[in-house]
Amino acid sequence: MTEPATFLLDGVEIPFAPGQTVIQAALSAGRYIPHLCYHPEFRPHGSCKLCTVKVNGRTAASCTLPAQAGLEVESETEELNSLRRTLVQMLFAEGNHFCPSCEKSGNCVLQALGYDLKVMSAGFRHFFPDRPVDASHPDILLDFNRCVLCELCVRASSEVDGKRVFALSGRGADKHLIVNSASGLLADTDMALTDKAMEVCPVGVILKKRAGFAQPIGARRYDTRPISAQALEDAPRPLGQGHCEACEASE
Amino acid sequence: MSKLKVATTSLAGCFGCHTSFLDIDERLFTLLDLVEFNRTPLTDIKHCAPSDLGLIEGGICNAENVHVLREFRRNCKVIVALGACAVTGGLPAQRNHLDLGACLTEVYLTERGMAHGLIPNDPELPLPLDKVHPLHEVVRVDYFLPGCPPSADAIWAFLTDFVAGREPRLDYGLIKYD
Repeated sequence: MTEPATFLLDGVEIPFAPGQTVIQAALSAGRYIPHLCYHPEFRPHGSCKLCTVKVNGRTAASCTLPAQAGLEVESETEELNSLRRTLVQMLFAEGNHFCPSCEKSGNCVLQALGYDLKVMSAGFRHFFPDRPVDASHPDILLDFNRCVLCELCVRASSEVDGKRVFALSGRGADKHLIVNSASGLLADTDMALTDKAMEVCPVGVILKKRAGFAQPIGARRYDTRPISAQALEDAPRPLGQGHCEACEASE
Repeated sequence: MSKLKVATTSLAGCFGCHTSFLDIDERLFTLLDLVEFNRTPLTDIKHCAPSDLGLIEGGICNAENVHVLREFRRNCKVIVALGACAVTGGLPAQRNHLDLGACLTEVYLTERGMAHGLIPNDPELPLPLDKVHPLHEVVRVDYFLPGCPPSADAIWAFLTDFVAGREPRLDYGLIKYD
């Protein structure tokens, strides 16, 4: 039997299967790389750049970079985490992320990344864009103020739900999330609470109505455990690797 | 050793951060052995004397906020933006995507039963700024303590580090944006 191909991540050998990306192989091996628009169930989008690593001296998004034998990948360095902090600050600056009034607070990936990377300040002048909400649907609220353009809802709606409810429109600073109906309103789509697109929003854009603030502060996902300790639980990987106590206990 | 001098104020804030500060409860006695308070709502001293530390809650929404903030910056060796409003503008900054004139018109002229149909313009009232700003857009800020409000434990962790001469550092669970 031949040895599996490996690359080095922060000096640790990571085995990979053919076709895996660097982040897939890293998460499969129980090694965390910060990420936001990457989701293990979807094809990579490569837009948020939080998962940027340094490979043989050059930066690359680890969610789109195919794993290759012999790569020397750096991730957990002050240089890269400093870049990631800046990216988080820029994402906060572009939208209206007012955490104290957000139903997703405590369960929000953007916020959790900020906590884990120790983002303490605004860094940039915030844009304060004017983005009206869409409350037209009887069961679902869309608060575009918090959109980070990760495209996960677009991917979930088209690839899993087969509905194509969402799309990104516009270019550059004008890029924004739109709803695919003649009126532009969610009420005029066939979006339903059971859709995959309901689950995947990492921030507080797609919300179930009349369900906000159900979890008390302290019991929310990222209140006490950092996202770096939890992301591995979401990542599919072979049995017996990594440290997912929940998965191992259920086997 | 002489006690460190600490000044605090609330600008465009809700005093929630001060309330959270007081939530350090009996640790206040420990703190009072180490620091003395200068200008703060707790002492009711009206102007800031030279101090080691200035804790500032709230963002900048009017001309008076700018004057007070500059007084703190002139007098305090270290300025801390305390809480979401001081760090990002917070709740008051949620008006930033609106036109100030339209806001005042809506509240005082369009809305029935308000202030006899006049936009208040008494010279005693500080003039509102066009937009609400976080502190660091007006003066240099040395440390940021996010949270709405930062928890008493976060404030205590910061103060104990600062008083001991250590670089203040918050562990996971003490950094919060809500």
